[in-house]
Amino acid sequence: MSYLSLSDKDKKEMLAAVGVGSTDDLFCCIPDAVRLKRELSLPAAQSELELVRTIEAIGRKNAYSRYVSFLGGGAYEHFIPTVVDYLSSRGEFVSPYTPYQPEVSQGTLQAVFEFQTLVCQLTGLDIANASLYEGATATAEAVLMAQRITTRNKVLLARTLHPQYREVVRTYIKNLGLEAVDVPYGPDGRVDNDALGRALDESTAAVVFQSPNFFGVVEDVQALSDAAHGRKALSVAVVAEAVSLGLLEAPGRLGADIVTGEGQSLGVPVSFGGPYLGFMACKKEFLRQMPGRLVGQTVDKEGRRGFVLTLSTREQHIRRERATSNICTNQGLCALRAAIFMESLGKQGLREMAWQNGQKAAYAADRLGAVSGVKRKFSGPVFNEFVVELAKPWPAVDAGLRGKGLIGGYGLEPAYPELKNCALVCVTELKTKDQIDRLAQALQEVLS
Amino acid sequence: MIKEIREPLIFEISEAGKRAVELPALDVPEKKDLLAGVPLRRELEGFPEVSETEVTRHFTRLSQKNYCVDLGIYPLGSCTMKYNPKVNERLSGLPDFAASHPLASEDLVQGSLEVLKRLETYLCEIAGMDAFTLHPAAGAHGELTGMMLIRAALEARGGARKYVLIPDSAHGTNPSSAHICGYSVKEVKSNEKGTIDVEALEAAMTDEVAALMVTNPNTLGVFESDICRVAEIVHAKGGLVYMDGANMNALTGIVRPGDMGIDVLHINLHKTFSTPHGGGGPGSGPVGVRKELVPYLPIPVIGEKGGRFVLDFDRPATIGRVRSYFGNFSVIVRALCYILTLGPKGVREIAEFAVLNANYIRKSLEGEYHLKYTTPSMHECVFSDKIQKEFGVTNLDIAKRLIDYGFHPPTMSFPLIVHGALMIEPTETESRRDLDLFIDAMKAIAREARENPEILHSAPHVAYVSRLDEVTAAKFPVLRWEKKP
Repeated sequence: MSYLSLSDKDKKEMLAAVGVGSTDDLFCCIPDAVRLKRELSLPAAQSELELVRTIEAIGRKNAYSRYVSFLGGGAYEHFIPTVVDYLSSRGEFVSPYTPYQPEVSQGTLQAVFEFQTLVCQLTGLDIANASLYEGATATAEAVLMAQRITTRNKVLLARTLHPQYREVVRTYIKNLGLEAVDVPYGPDGRVDNDALGRALDESTAAVVFQSPNFFGVVEDVQALSDAAHGRKALSVAVVAEAVSLGLLEAPGRLGADIVTGEGQSLGVPVSFGGPYLGFMACKKEFLRQMPGRLVGQTVDKEGRRGFVLTLSTREQHIRRERATSNICTNQGLCALRAAIFMESLGKQGLREMAWQNGQKAAYAADRLGAVSGVKRKFSGPVFNEFVVELAKPWPAVDAGLRGKGLIGGYGLEPAYPELKNCALVCVTELKTKDQIDRLAQALQEVLS
Repeated sequence: MIKEIREPLIFEISEAGKRAVELPALDVPEKKDLLAGVPLRRELEGFPEVSETEVTRHFTRLSQKNYCVDLGIYPLGSCTMKYNPKVNERLSGLPDFAASHPLASEDLVQGSLEVLKRLETYLCEIAGMDAFTLHPAAGAHGELTGMMLIRAALEARGGARKYVLIPDSAHGTNPSSAHICGYSVKEVKSNEKGTIDVEALEAAMTDEVAALMVTNPNTLGVFESDICRVAEIVHAKGGLVYMDGANMNALTGIVRPGDMGIDVLHINLHKTFSTPHGGGGPGSGPVGVRKELVPYLPIPVIGEKGGRFVLDFDRPATIGRVRSYFGNFSVIVRALCYILTLGPKGVREIAEFAVLNANYIRKSLEGEYHLKYTTPSMHECVFSDKIQKEFGVTNLDIAKRLIDYGFHPPTMSFPLIVHGALMIEPTETESRRDLDLFIDAMKAIAREARENPEILHSAPHVAYVSRLDEVTAAKFPVLRWEKKP
């Protein structure tokens, strides 16, 4: 065990110093009746070389990476510049704890302060926290926050909000006397404004919608926010594809009171769903209701600028059951990756990445739409994902495409039973024109 | 550390026109009217513009302002800062894992599902539980998930009940998690040994109490010796026992929570199984349960069918989803690697070495620092500043002075039942040399407290910043950079 650093001699001398005869004696306070009298049944210890072979062999059982994939739906494959991996894997970032001692944690604290600033700039809001777990739980936290602010007990969830996010919101609120009501979408794939108007009332705490939504369609953020505000409810905009904010107007400038969601797109690998990067920004009047850690600027005794964790009287370690959230550990290293990613791409690079996503998705939508047996399902404007309706059942089409080395999209019927034979196709900047053409060609063959 | 390095905020060194990353030219015909009618932003106002050299130097300089485990002992009690094996970092990022998409069909991600299933199986053996879910993203998320499971099980028995009992020494996340699960919290006082007062528990345990949340070893680093009796009392009144397994690293291979009456527990992979803390996450807080609670586990559950791993959504009694997808996967890979590297003997040595190291520190510092509870220590020991207070020195002064000696301070002012607490946890990976260096520093500081307390009040002296004004930070919050008008 190369990680355990005591020699037999150390052990013996330290046991003597402690005043016990054996390591067993160190556990004398554990009742004998419950102590484990056998060795754990685990595989034998492996050397580094054996471990590498074992894990690589398990990895090879993932056939996924041998396909060209057009999957999105809340997890997006984007280019990650080498500096992101290189800098974020420095031991000084990987191996410290939460920066409770600011004098020896200024690196992490300043990086998080920059992350908070970047999130504010992206979302168009006043303040942002240091991160939350991931998009779905961040959405649930936003719902609880809206309830605290408005003291109202109903939330409206757009059906175009990621189905898993809606499920998680329901899991979170189930025991708290809150009610969640789904709001349907119209033929453009956007929230149905009339239905929203009917569902809104004086018990509504928030209208929660995603833009671009789960179908890739960009919602009318201003109209949804206006509708919410008309009933003194909050407008909560969820962003699952954060790269879109390089191009789309900031939701905070279109009336959203809270913008929350998933920052995985910003330099975090898809990695089978985690760890990801929940984020949250809001107007400054809601500061005291914000969940999670916050980094603030201050000065030291000599008047030099420095950064600290602040406003922790909102948090569980001070306020216990009256805290704004039970969250403690967040996603520090993922937030660092996102900060390095955004700062590397910068003002022009992030916009260009977003522009290319939009362009390539538009090209793909045109190419696929021209295939006989493929129909665009929704008429609303899209960012980097769109829904196609196929002349054949999706499982058969999916299997046919896979035979050609392609994963063409995500079948929507399980989550949206009304969307029979429909699939969600995602095209990021990583897809080349050739790959898009290949998908169109393959679809034509599979559908003919 | 070089005191003089002042690193500006990236926004302050930004200059128009620079960038660190170029993308290939667009290879599809460009539509000028893309997203016509949708409000687009003119520019990303305030976003920085810097070269790759500048980004690299910026973050390298920032990194040098951090203390970290790779540098030395990080004795934060309750946080369990142990060495993070480097091979685990590499393996968790293998392209086959890093690229696998969570919405891919099961047959394309058999390897990822095998990782999840294997870790679940090993955790069941280590904790003595019947099933594990790896969904929770961190310990507090595990607590919330666990309390939801308890609530669901009690509802199925006939009623969710109203209260949750929590000892006064507990982590703040415990009452907060119980609250979000819709329960009211009742505090149980600790006895003079620092453990649960069994009589007080008996009095508090009624048929309105859903559960007891117990940390074992507790936050004093003391094993709850009466745990079996405690579990009996709770079970006799129809309640369930939740264990906060944050301190599981003191027990691995020695005793299993499932064998001492625990119904539900969470484990922190970033504590017991060496996954890095990353400056505040990502963590991972798997939850283990006894058979009765299996039907309520969050979906999807990893199943096996005909030799293949499958995602089981057909769980009518489930509490639902607690997050998107399947958990903090790459953290889970790292924990699996740790267990495979250590094997059964090594997993036991996690506890043996952690407890030996903690007791060695305790013995070496006893007398120099006050020990409120003299009950035997497990993996951590909690001193206080009571002796040093006589010279006007507080735990804060001691903590900050440790920085001058090149160490990260211990956890301060927690648990709440020890006034002026200094909670020290060395973990199993420290060498005797590093322990001795730390002990020598603590002894030197105890001496300074008597002879030259002023040097402690003004510490740290050799950090990038001196003590920071936290009061002003909270009173007049500046939470982001803004362009000067």
